[in-house]
Amino acid sequence: MNELKRTPLYGEHVKLGANIVDFAGWEMPIQYSGINPEHVAVRTNIGLFDVSHMGEIFITGVEAEQFVQRLVTADITKLKEKQVVYTMMCYESGGIVDDLLVYKFSNEKYLLVVNASNVDKDYEWMLKNKDSFNVQINNESISYGQIALQGPNAQTLLQKLTEFDLSEIKFFYFEEIQVNGLNCLVSRTGYTGEDGFEIYADEDTIVSLWQTLVSYDEVQPIGLGARDTLRFEASLPLYGNEISQDITPLEAGLGFFVKLDTDFIGKEALVKQKEEGLKRKLVGLQLLKRGICRHGYTVHDLEENEIGIVTTGYLLPERDYSIALALIDINHASLDTKVLVKIRNKFYEAKVTSKKFMNKNYKK
Amino acid sequence: MKVIEGLYYSEEHEWVKVVDGKAYIGITEYAAHALGDIVFVELPEVDIDYDKDETIGVIESVKAASDMFTPVSGTVVEVNEALEDEPQLLNEDPFENYIAVIELSDINELDDLMDSEAYKNFCEE
Repeated sequence: MNELKRTPLYGEHVKLGANIVDFAGWEMPIQYSGINPEHVAVRTNIGLFDVSHMGEIFITGVEAEQFVQRLVTADITKLKEKQVVYTMMCYESGGIVDDLLVYKFSNEKYLLVVNASNVDKDYEWMLKNKDSFNVQINNESISYGQIALQGPNAQTLLQKLTEFDLSEIKFFYFEEIQVNGLNCLVSRTGYTGEDGFEIYADEDTIVSLWQTLVSYDEVQPIGLGARDTLRFEASLPLYGNEISQDITPLEAGLGFFVKLDTDFIGKEALVKQKEEGLKRKLVGLQLLKRGICRHGYTVHDLEENEIGIVTTGYLLPERDYSIALALIDINHASLDTKVLVKIRNKFYEAKVTSKKFMNKNYKK
Repeated sequence: MKVIEGLYYSEEHEWVKVVDGKAYIGITEYAAHALGDIVFVELPEVDIDYDKDETIGVIESVKAASDMFTPVSGTVVEVNEALEDEPQLLNEDPFENYIAVIELSDINELDDLMDSEAYKNFCEE
């Protein structure tokens, strides 16, 4: 058993009375005041997240653009400087290595931000596929802290701490600016479906910024519990749930992020899958009676034959019925199809819905 | 952590209050706190006989579903239906909000449970 890692903000979480859990080898806060009030705080005001456990891998060198293009499903040549793109790395099989954000500094410098649970696997995957590309791959995850400030009032608050006009940072762009007099990288990105920012800096800066931000009454610190309910409500995938090495981007409904006219690892498998047609698909589900669908519960047709699995499900604040994302047989995937979810050996009726559980409140 | 005198307590953090041979059962403040925000309660069925330690219901927080076991055997004669609409009552005042009322089939089972003093010590361990 490896020793659990702590982010530079661990002491702050303890001070705030957070419940701490083991997440992907990290001691992380699961909640402070409670998952529901934290969820609502991000939807209505401002939430502050410690996401320092995420991985930061830099790709530099004269062939950086070509190498990143080989790794990911996005069209990297279309990316502008200071632009960010959400994308995925695939195996030859079309299954997913990880989903990630790519930050473009220049044609010769990119930052890849990957899931905490996958940092080592991703880094090895990049090294393995480096081939003859003239690039350097530097895993700098250890030296970076990261926080996210999310919610409808995030910009108003962050603006108080910087002279840079934040309205100039468009959706999925970044700037290297000073916040509270400290150097950071600030992007208008997030994992909640709300407007907001992700801020990267060295450990001391991240601690200082956290302390400043959390001292405002309107800022609620948010644990991993609400991080998951928020991203789920916004229908954003989580590696290990909606996507994995056994699920392709097309099955997960992420075809928009796959540019088949570029050349990347896994492309042939995805082209073939698209031609042959999908056999299963990620859908939304809504239970028709009270109860809660959860990750891992099986989905069945009305004759009780198993047709798929719930990838994430919750009973969210201010909703009467549990909703879920589920990967199910394509023959049952059309809207309003009645299906059954097996909850503790009992079958609960549910219907297939859109995955759009809410309108995202992005500033584009 | 609040513990009320005069009640019986189980190691599964349930309380039992006996009134006229009927046992009101609920969860303790310790349990409610450990579960976090309670968002759904699956109540037992009325008129069903349950054995001690059998699952009689489920209490679900945002993150997880937890079985509720009955600390005594008997027939469920009443359930607290208010919890269906307001499961958060279990967080707000777990001792005021019982889950079910059971007609005891064996009053001697109460001897296996803890008193408030013993339960307080159990929680501190």
